[in-house]
Amino acid sequence: MYDFNFHSASSAHDAAAKLAASDDGSVMAGGQTLIPVLKQRLANPSDVISLAGAGLSGITKNGDGVTIGATTTHAAVAGSGDVPAALRSVAEGIGDAQVRNRGTLGGSIANNDPAADYPAALLGLGATITTNQRDIAADDFFTGLFETALNDGEIIKSVTFPNATKAAYAKFPNPASRFAMVGVFVAQAADGVRVAVTGATDCAHRGPKLEAALSANWSASALDGITIPADHLNSDIHGSAEYRANLVIVMAKRAVEAAG
Amino acid sequence: MVENGIGASLKRKEDNRFLTGKGNYTDDINRPGQTHVYIVRSPHAHATINSVDISAAKAAPGVVAVYGGQDLIDDAVGGLVCGASVTGKGGEVNKTPPRNVLTIDKARFVGDPIIAVIAETLAQAKDAAELVEIDYTELPSTVSTANSDADGAPQLHEECPNNVALDWELGDKAAVDAAFAAAHKTAKVELINNRMVTNAMEPRAAVGEYNSGTDEITLYVTSQNPHVHRLVMSAFMNIAPEHKFRVVAPDVGGGFGSKIFTYNEEAICAWAAKKINRPVKWTSDRSEGFMSDAHGRDHVSTAEMALDADGKFLGMRVNSKGNMGAYLQLFSVSIPTLFHGFLLAGQYTTPAIYLEMRCVMTNTAPVDAARGAGRPEATYLLERLVDVSAREMGLDPAEIRRRNFIKADQMPYQTPVVQCYDSGDYHASLDKALGMSDYDGFSARQAEAKGRGKLRGIGLSSYIEACGVAPSAAVGSLGVGVGLWESAQVRFNPTGGVTVFTGTHSHGQGHETAFAQLVTDRLGVPVEQVEVVHGDTDKGQFGMGTYGSRSLPVGGVAIVNACDKIIAKGKKIAAHTLEASEDDIEFGEGNFTVAGTDKTMNIAEVAFTAYVPHNYPEGVEPGLDEIAFFDPLNFSFPAGAHVCEVEIDPDTGTLEIVNYTAIDDFGVLVNPMIVEGQVHGGLAHGIGQALLEGCVYDEDSGQLVSGSFMDYCMPRADNLPSFNVDYCPTVPLHNPLGVKGCGEAGAIAAPPAVINAIVNALDIKHLDMPATPEKLWRAAQAAG
Repeated sequence: MYDFNFHSASSAHDAAAKLAASDDGSVMAGGQTLIPVLKQRLANPSDVISLAGAGLSGITKNGDGVTIGATTTHAAVAGSGDVPAALRSVAEGIGDAQVRNRGTLGGSIANNDPAADYPAALLGLGATITTNQRDIAADDFFTGLFETALNDGEIIKSVTFPNATKAAYAKFPNPASRFAMVGVFVAQAADGVRVAVTGATDCAHRGPKLEAALSANWSASALDGITIPADHLNSDIHGSAEYRANLVIVMAKRAVEAAG
Repeated sequence: MVENGIGASLKRKEDNRFLTGKGNYTDDINRPGQTHVYIVRSPHAHATINSVDISAAKAAPGVVAVYGGQDLIDDAVGGLVCGASVTGKGGEVNKTPPRNVLTIDKARFVGDPIIAVIAETLAQAKDAAELVEIDYTELPSTVSTANSDADGAPQLHEECPNNVALDWELGDKAAVDAAFAAAHKTAKVELINNRMVTNAMEPRAAVGEYNSGTDEITLYVTSQNPHVHRLVMSAFMNIAPEHKFRVVAPDVGGGFGSKIFTYNEEAICAWAAKKINRPVKWTSDRSEGFMSDAHGRDHVSTAEMALDADGKFLGMRVNSKGNMGAYLQLFSVSIPTLFHGFLLAGQYTTPAIYLEMRCVMTNTAPVDAARGAGRPEATYLLERLVDVSAREMGLDPAEIRRRNFIKADQMPYQTPVVQCYDSGDYHASLDKALGMSDYDGFSARQAEAKGRGKLRGIGLSSYIEACGVAPSAAVGSLGVGVGLWESAQVRFNPTGGVTVFTGTHSHGQGHETAFAQLVTDRLGVPVEQVEVVHGDTDKGQFGMGTYGSRSLPVGGVAIVNACDKIIAKGKKIAAHTLEASEDDIEFGEGNFTVAGTDKTMNIAEVAFTAYVPHNYPEGVEPGLDEIAFFDPLNFSFPAGAHVCEVEIDPDTGTLEIVNYTAIDDFGVLVNPMIVEGQVHGGLAHGIGQALLEGCVYDEDSGQLVSGSFMDYCMPRADNLPSFNVDYCPTVPLHNPLGVKGCGEAGAIAAPPAVINAIVNALDIKHLDMPATPEKLWRAAQAAG
């Protein structure tokens, strides 16, 4: 780890100010990606600005859905009765107990790891990301490999998940890292069927082919015979693109079955 | 019957400190004035080092010294050594290319150490290390076990043309050829034994310290064999003479073979501590461990069996290559040859066996002994070949084994591959395993699973291993450069407590408990009053350390032999005190008794008398402190039958082990709870190899792809079933305690049991380890 200046922000506004004042600062939520990267000397920020004291944690339920603060831990989400079951199961399946007690919703989506679980949930439920500058629809948020729509200095404050009639997440974990080799989130909501896939490509994305099939017939068997081209899918020592293409369909079916 | 003696499942004495954070590991040790060393390693698999500029690093804040390989050579420090000289084809001994502590002209694998930067803090050492400028010319690399000896392959060492370190053969080729010519059927399988990184929980670490007042060097180090570390670093590396060199292996958090060897970083800490006259500390981080710890396994093999019309094995032919990595580590070529070839008979009467083993150099980390060391490779190859043979013959895998087993009444049994087994009842252990696993009920379970869309399979592994390494004369004649006896000292303190010094080393095995039980059993001293000391060359007598499941079969016997010397001396003292003839003194449960009387004297009283010899037998030395060395007459031969049952989800390739039964013959169990723990750990290791673990180097770049736990998959608790463990003991002819060793059995037995279950589930001939979900999915798709 290289030396850096450490700051504790008192609010999202304060964090943005401190970030702006730094040469090359990094914002830290739960630190579950940033700290290992720092320890490996793979990053060399001038300043690390912690959001732990920024008052961004908490879960608020209302009639239309649930709003979860950016620094709410995975463990808190997994253990909350105010959070719908599908979203709880996503949080429960992230990392291990230590990671879930430190890692945060905002940190996960801001980092946008291609194998992260939360991006699929946000896309699948049609969530809205609220920052210190604006509201961003999940469909517009995840833009590429470790890339999001966030501007420089823009800090996530919360995510609002609308209610869904039915929803579930099915994940095939990488045996080593237990990140998603492929994860599929399916939901039936007021505005129709949404299917989101993570782990398969460089960035979580909607699955229009699967959505069309499930819109016509909300059942696992509706996905029989559908194939996903392997061309642009991830391939590594744990799984080829072809294997991942298969997993997308299998996980989508299992998610539909789990959603009921 | 002595309480807490042999056979008691006593809770481990050492766990109090381990579970309460009071363990004392090498990284816990900090010495006054300590500096930290960081190693600059090659980022390339193969490269010429044109020049090194350390001037900026030397000038960096906090830097104490920066050293390269020539600095050690200038101080007459020798390179790392290979202790094996194995004679191969044509009487040619393995070629051992030299290895400097820090490589000078050429880097031969990713992680090859080049420069040592010593600074006041680790962060400063790392900062300065980034300022070391090394000009490389990258060379083409080879990491392939199968192809590194091919024409045109990049060459690692001029001493090893075509990257061949040794061409070795074993057995009677003509007899095997004749067996194949006469065969009713033959079976053949080509397989890979996947490379593993042992990944002990505690990474390697070392602290070197020099005392200029006494001219002594102390090295605290993660070692399985501190005396061997001292011997090698003294005799071959010239770090310091043995009498001026103390090596301490304190609490060590797992070794699995990888901490047997003397490593570059350890030599640097010991040497540099004197050079700068300050303590030098190094602790591996996990990434360094992945690239620089000795790896294990890594064979490619073709195995063939000749069978008669009844399915009897007539002959077996094996052609293998073993990957040695970029340099020959301490045992290196002895593992794929001696420790592998000598076990190829397995539990069977196969009359003729011929093995060709080529040991090849590649641009990868050195490969050496890892839990089982050659025996897992032999067992996997043989037990896979037996199942392929059963498939060819249309025989049940249990039946073909029964037809070929060595029978209990044939013991001792001379195999065609050197080893002479002294005990074992393979029919009995298989029958017990089949009964416990309800082998006969499998087809009903398979049908039920099919109804749930799952492919269920069952697999057997009838394994044998050679443990208790090893008879010194035998290994010496084969080219292993040490004797493999063991030592013990049993010292009564005047007030009756006992301190036991063992030459073995415990790094998780529970010696402090099991060895205390041996003393309690033999001498009748309460187990709380027995303390076992190991791991410090200044405390205990020379010992050979712990590996090859040797600690109890060899080191344990040394302890009881020392106890017997205590008893013999105690009889003289008791006879004098009790005014009886020495011949009339009987010893049992801690008391010396005049036969046929109630005149008795406890051993604690005898000890006190020995240290306060006011009234004492003439000609007997005071004190009660005895030392014994034990050199075994033969290896021990643990064996057993394991049954694995799996279910595979054909849609994803996900596998679940739904049942695992292990029947083992370890002879006498000193502490059954510890033994069961060793079985569980070994099974986790073996199942890890079969399903999860695979060390991968990129074929083109030679980069280590599986360089962290994000990509190298260690077994976790939820990968494993609840094991059914039981025993089928027989009595070894050669071991005075009747023990055989248990630490490696699971790692040896499990891989073929798992793979045999998988190929049974999928109804295929073979599938290479690790059987990842994708491989299983592809096989399931292909099988329809």
